[in-house]
Amino acid sequence: MKYVDEYREQKKAAVLSEKIKELCPPGSHYKIMEICGGHTHVIYKYGIQNYLPGNIELVHGPGCPVCVIPLGRVDDAISISLQDTIFTCFGDMLRVPGNKRSLGDAKAQGADVRIVYSPLDTLQMAKQNTDRQVVFLAIGFETTAPSTAIALKQAKALGISNFSVFCNHVTIIPPLEAILNNDDVEIDAFIGPGHVAAVTGCKIFEQITGVYGTPVVVSGFEPLDVLQSVFMLVRQFRDGVRKVENQYSRVVGYNGNEAALGVMDETMEVRPYFEWRGLGTIEHSGLKINDSYADFDAENRFEIPGIQVKEPRACQCGQVLQGKIKPNECKVFAKACTPEKPIGTCMVSAEGACAAYYNYGRFMDINAKPNPAKAANK
Amino acid sequence: MTAGNIKSGNGEVKLITMPVGSGGKATKALINSLLLPRFGNSKLNDLGDGALLDLGQEKIAFTTDSFVVSPLFFPGGSIGDLAVNGTVNDLAACGASPVALSLSLILEEGFPFGVLEGILDSVERSLAKAGVEIVTGDTKVVERGKADGCYINTSGIGIIHENARNLAPKNIKAGDEIIITGPIGDHGTAIMLERGGLGIEAAVASDTAALSGPIGALMAQYGLSVHAMRDPTRGGLATVLNEMAESSNVGIEVEEAAIPVRNEVRAVAELLGIDPLYIASEGRMVIFADSDETDGILKTLRAYPECGDTAAIGRAVADHPGFVLQNTSFGGQRIIDLLTGDPLPRIC
Repeated sequence: MKYVDEYREQKKAAVLSEKIKELCPPGSHYKIMEICGGHTHVIYKYGIQNYLPGNIELVHGPGCPVCVIPLGRVDDAISISLQDTIFTCFGDMLRVPGNKRSLGDAKAQGADVRIVYSPLDTLQMAKQNTDRQVVFLAIGFETTAPSTAIALKQAKALGISNFSVFCNHVTIIPPLEAILNNDDVEIDAFIGPGHVAAVTGCKIFEQITGVYGTPVVVSGFEPLDVLQSVFMLVRQFRDGVRKVENQYSRVVGYNGNEAALGVMDETMEVRPYFEWRGLGTIEHSGLKINDSYADFDAENRFEIPGIQVKEPRACQCGQVLQGKIKPNECKVFAKACTPEKPIGTCMVSAEGACAAYYNYGRFMDINAKPNPAKAANK
Repeated sequence: MTAGNIKSGNGEVKLITMPVGSGGKATKALINSLLLPRFGNSKLNDLGDGALLDLGQEKIAFTTDSFVVSPLFFPGGSIGDLAVNGTVNDLAACGASPVALSLSLILEEGFPFGVLEGILDSVERSLAKAGVEIVTGDTKVVERGKADGCYINTSGIGIIHENARNLAPKNIKAGDEIIITGPIGDHGTAIMLERGGLGIEAAVASDTAALSGPIGALMAQYGLSVHAMRDPTRGGLATVLNEMAESSNVGIEVEEAAIPVRNEVRAVAELLGIDPLYIASEGRMVIFADSDETDGILKTLRAYPECGDTAAIGRAVADHPGFVLQNTSFGGQRIIDLLTGDPLPRIC
């Protein structure tokens, strides 16, 4: 398939792998965090670790939107879904456990919960069901926030008064700062989230390199993109520089997508603080719908419990999301916590570090085998 | 225990959720927790696509399947085609040629006669192609709003080919070649696109087809070398391979590059973030056979147009029993696990 296969070529991967090895001095150890859950998924799906020398340790960051939703917000969403609404969300959110149940459980109890691929689908449903309240559960970083913003703008322009948004959008820089401010965490470099950067531009990561001196390479999502990004980071280590580099230049620019940033500014504002699963409350890390669109804010339209729920004691999602432990080092990993019965959110989404580790990587640890890389010619 | 008040671990009343019907882990949990403890017996416990019965001189396969697909018509077929082909293929997976089918209709009040006629026309066409008849049936109607138009159940009996072994997964041996009779994921993709709302257009038709012809020929020539078969419907190839690995206590290793997937299916799956390995087919068979006969088996099956792209995709191995591994085209290796969620309910 064109524009896909070129980024998955085994030969090129082997060349990059050699170059990375050459740049790692004997005895060196680099802890590189991929911020985005999309990268975590790609790393395991393609077996990228098979191409990296032992000097490189990949740890998984807080960039899976489903994984960072706190329990209390899931309960709030369930509460709205049970108030005779048509409640819409992305497919992953159905299985995310709240305090006692998930949206999927609420659906089985009679809530009208529907999966959509875009908030504009929800808007369409609102037009077709004028006698019902239709709500969109908005999650995600700067990547998905513009599409929510567009839906809000259209709803206002068309006067679709039965549409509203339960907004849980978050921003990427504050959790990274929170992780870097934590004394027990040592991250040598970041693989930067390409989709977020397509909206924000590379420039926002200069806050990270500027203040903390931690290199960032903004990366695409094909396996060769990720390998090349590791190569670019290792080259920075060798050259003793700490800067933002753009591996994903076919999509990402320095200033970002000004139209997308414009609609976000028009419809949303930064919350004073927002709770993150496993990371606690982080200042200026969440987005809410602003006063000019307050009529479309589900938090104004529905009763929501708004109760902060303590996380299960056994769950170590927070430590996983900060790169302190690997998924398989969590006490409940693959025992009490599995994709079909998740305790923590990291086990729910395909982008969650634990789910990726469980689905694609478990066996590699059970039974470490050399990479066979056999060609299939039958 | 009072019926209807079974509590789950967190104290809430436990309800059926959509994943229970996905054919994946939640379905398995239901079978293991509610069905087998009550009904388990030497025939059911094999959990094959059908049961094997010894009736006097004849060895018989018996199977049943219900169809709730939405929409009722889609490129490449309809619920009527699925109802015939699904049951015929379950019999084929047991090494049996179909002898007779039943047809039960559950219809919703207000369902148009004309649409039902269209469905029954496709049942008729598929029966003719598969060379089998409906010999008994039933019709029920429920009030408007209590069903979604039309559901169909078919059961079928077939005579097991004289060359066929017991094709339960436990008979798989390390070293067996794994063969699939064509590209994966066409049916699920066609349904997904037909439901609309994705804003994607692609020329993908369901692969629904009866495999009694090609599998009959396979049995006649290589029956003794075939160790197990299953059709990769709900949950796709990944689910079948996991079921096979688990029930046989072998490991499975497949080559990503060898698994046939149409470009259109790959592209749609890529856009939606779904893995084609988990997308259903309705006209394919996964075959575990003695690797000495691979070339002959491929040749026999490829002679049939519905199996023209038959390919050998991997092998059963003695290592890592119960696990399915894929050697990726990128040169890595990964586990292929059972599906947990249900990306696409009601595809058959």
